[in-house]
Amino acid sequence: MKARYLVPLGIFAVLVGLLWAGLYLNPREVPSPLIDKPAPEFTLPRLDDPAAQIARKDLLGQVTLLNVWASWCAACREEHPLLVELARTGQVPIYGLNYKDTREDALRWLNGLGNPYTASAFDEQGNVGIDYGVYGVPETYVIDRAGVIRYKVIGPLTEDNLENTVLPLIRKLQG
Amino acid sequence: MIPEIGHFALIVALGIALVQTILPLAGAARGIPSWMAVARPAARAQFVFLFVAFACLTQAFAVNDFSLLYVASNSNSAMPWYYRVTAVWGAHEGSLLLWAFILSIWMVAVSFFSRNLPEDFVARVLGVMGFISAGFLLFMLLTSNPFERLLPAAAEGRELNPLLQDFGLIAHPPMLYMGYVGFSVAFSFAIAALLGGKLDAAWARWSRPWTAVAWMFLTIGIALGSWWAYYELGWGGWWFWDPVENASFMPWLMGTALIHSLAVTEKRGGFKSWTVLLAILAFSLSLLGTFLVRSGVLTSVHAFATDPERGLFILIFLGVVVGVSLALYAWRAPKVGLGGDFALVSREAMLLGNNVLLAVASASVLLGTLYPLIVDALGLGKISVGPPYFNAIFIPLMTPLIFLMGVGPVARWKQASVPELLARLRWALLVSVVTALLLPVALGKWSPMISLGLFMGLWIITSSLKNLWDVAGRNGMRGLAQGLVNVPRGYYGMLFAHLGVAAFALGVCISGGYSQEKELRMEPGQSVEMAGYNFRFDGVQDVTGPNYQAKQGVVQVSKNGKEILVMRPQKRVYLVQRNPTTEADIDAGFLRHLYVALGEPVSGEAWSLRLYYKPFVQWIWTGPLMMFFGGLLAASDRRYRLATRRAPDYTAQGAPAQPALAR
Repeated sequence: MKARYLVPLGIFAVLVGLLWAGLYLNPREVPSPLIDKPAPEFTLPRLDDPAAQIARKDLLGQVTLLNVWASWCAACREEHPLLVELARTGQVPIYGLNYKDTREDALRWLNGLGNPYTASAFDEQGNVGIDYGVYGVPETYVIDRAGVIRYKVIGPLTEDNLENTVLPLIRKLQG
Repeated sequence: MIPEIGHFALIVALGIALVQTILPLAGAARGIPSWMAVARPAARAQFVFLFVAFACLTQAFAVNDFSLLYVASNSNSAMPWYYRVTAVWGAHEGSLLLWAFILSIWMVAVSFFSRNLPEDFVARVLGVMGFISAGFLLFMLLTSNPFERLLPAAAEGRELNPLLQDFGLIAHPPMLYMGYVGFSVAFSFAIAALLGGKLDAAWARWSRPWTAVAWMFLTIGIALGSWWAYYELGWGGWWFWDPVENASFMPWLMGTALIHSLAVTEKRGGFKSWTVLLAILAFSLSLLGTFLVRSGVLTSVHAFATDPERGLFILIFLGVVVGVSLALYAWRAPKVGLGGDFALVSREAMLLGNNVLLAVASASVLLGTLYPLIVDALGLGKISVGPPYFNAIFIPLMTPLIFLMGVGPVARWKQASVPELLARLRWALLVSVVTALLLPVALGKWSPMISLGLFMGLWIITSSLKNLWDVAGRNGMRGLAQGLVNVPRGYYGMLFAHLGVAAFALGVCISGGYSQEKELRMEPGQSVEMAGYNFRFDGVQDVTGPNYQAKQGVVQVSKNGKEILVMRPQKRVYLVQRNPTTEADIDAGFLRHLYVALGEPVSGEAWSLRLYYKPFVQWIWTGPLMMFFGGLLAASDRRYRLATRRAPDYTAQGAPAQPALAR
């Protein structure tokens, strides 16, 4: 038996090991280190106005949602109508973190689909996303008055997780 | 009662599958004809029982039997009957049943179309397929039983995900699974050949039509999924590098490599161990795709049920099937020996290039798909890989591949000469380069990528036509008709599939380069011009569907002052799940699509609308359709039928009679 014929088997064994480990990691699970910790500092240009800035301190003093989105993200399209609807009810201000996108695409997206965001920060390189531990777009953080992350939804918001988890938590925090 | 019959049929099918695995495989190993003879009847009996199970589940959907958990979770009495019936494969349990049922269809096909194959070979093939079937049936019965009762019964069902209530989703999964599962035939042939120790040209010849058929179904399945995403997600994109899409694309790339590699093995006796590895990998990637989709290790827009227990089962099964196959490969393949040698410039070398590029492409997609998972498993944090990665990988890989597509069929086996190739293809090259450079200028917008894309499409077309002329037009214009008739179907199959790639490339390039879009706020009565069309917004009406409420926009389209059609894009809210969906209205012409999607109400009567003009976008799906017919032509080539009737004494080194025709 020649060793090179064993290469595919070896690669496959490594792959199975990784998949095995992957099974016990929930991609939608909140990485615990961030929960109940202060939201990481950031200062970024606003999406609609490169000259103006938006920073963590702008979120303080109120309960906010921070929604990470991008125009290239399919799941964002899916959750977008819910965000627009939520913004219309005025229950909670929604801030956007536009992640690894181009300004032109992102603005056109908002023009076409409606803009639910009080303001969107423009994170072109995705550095702030890294600080926040963004796994995939979209993600949504619930941040309390003191700027502490209280909850995080990985993947799109749905009618179900919004009504049953996110909104009750927001009402409690607003309490 | 009927669901219990279905459940029972599944259990019986599992028992048959186990018998079908053990007896024929053991019989082939020990040379006991009566044990081997069990394979065919077992495969057919399994098909009958799985058909019964499938029919029982379909019946439960048809009559709204909400005492079944699966029906109650995925259907609703307000849904039209055709969506109720196709909701059978709308979620996890039913998809698995469809998977198993389709596998049994392939097994029955093998049992009928294998009359002239050696008995021990057929026994091994059906034994391996029986094992795969047993794995899936056991999985279904242990973790995902579609016949589980819900007692007391629900009064009404939860409805199928509205995005899936659509024609595209009626046809997409069966086609896709026909392809996925179809690769199990080539896989089983490869394993049977390894087990029997006979990896010869005959084996490659038997595998070719089966591989072509599986490939053509996979092609059309992927294209249907893309078409569905294009109009149903409501924003005009057609491919998103979503993990679930990638899961179907990887076996396609590997299967495409396999088709070409099999050609070399059959014609020249070369690439044997590589071909057998590709056959194993193509099906392994189908299984891996099933694992990725069904286990929830990756997040995806296709939000399916996630359950670690299910994932664990599939992973163990994947590990056994693929692990044993690759171990068998490591044990047996070294004895295979090499085929005839070939020069650096020869058809073999070009097909090797094709294989390497496709395998690298497939590995890159695998890496991009699994990278977030790997990084996570190693504890390095959570990251995501977006379309930028895949686009950056694919253009450099596909450009040389398409170039080879023009040269390969023209090149001679074993040894070709560069000056001769150049002489034969110079006009094709010249015409495609000049057109690719000048056409964009004429269309008013030039960019290097547009020219590159046009060149790729035109190069395939011109070189294919030149090749056809060389093959069929040897006796000049007068002999052309007879020449065209004499060309074997397999050759036309290749031509069609390659032209399909050309159509696809042109569609991607032209629609990408010359699409126009407007996203704007429109008052009723207001109109806007785009690409020579005038769109007048006539307001929004309320519409009630069988199980949804919708806002329907009315857009009058005219050209040169003549009204040509009314488009009615909708925004729907389904009654049970309350999810809003966008139903774009598309006027699908061969040369251009007009695409109108309704956005949000802005103020008063005004709405935001998105209008697209997409030239040649239709070709993105016309291409795969041509590939489908190409596969059909290739698989139905009469020499495969002759080959199976003849005794398999075919020798590997037998030179093809007409080198220019051989593919």
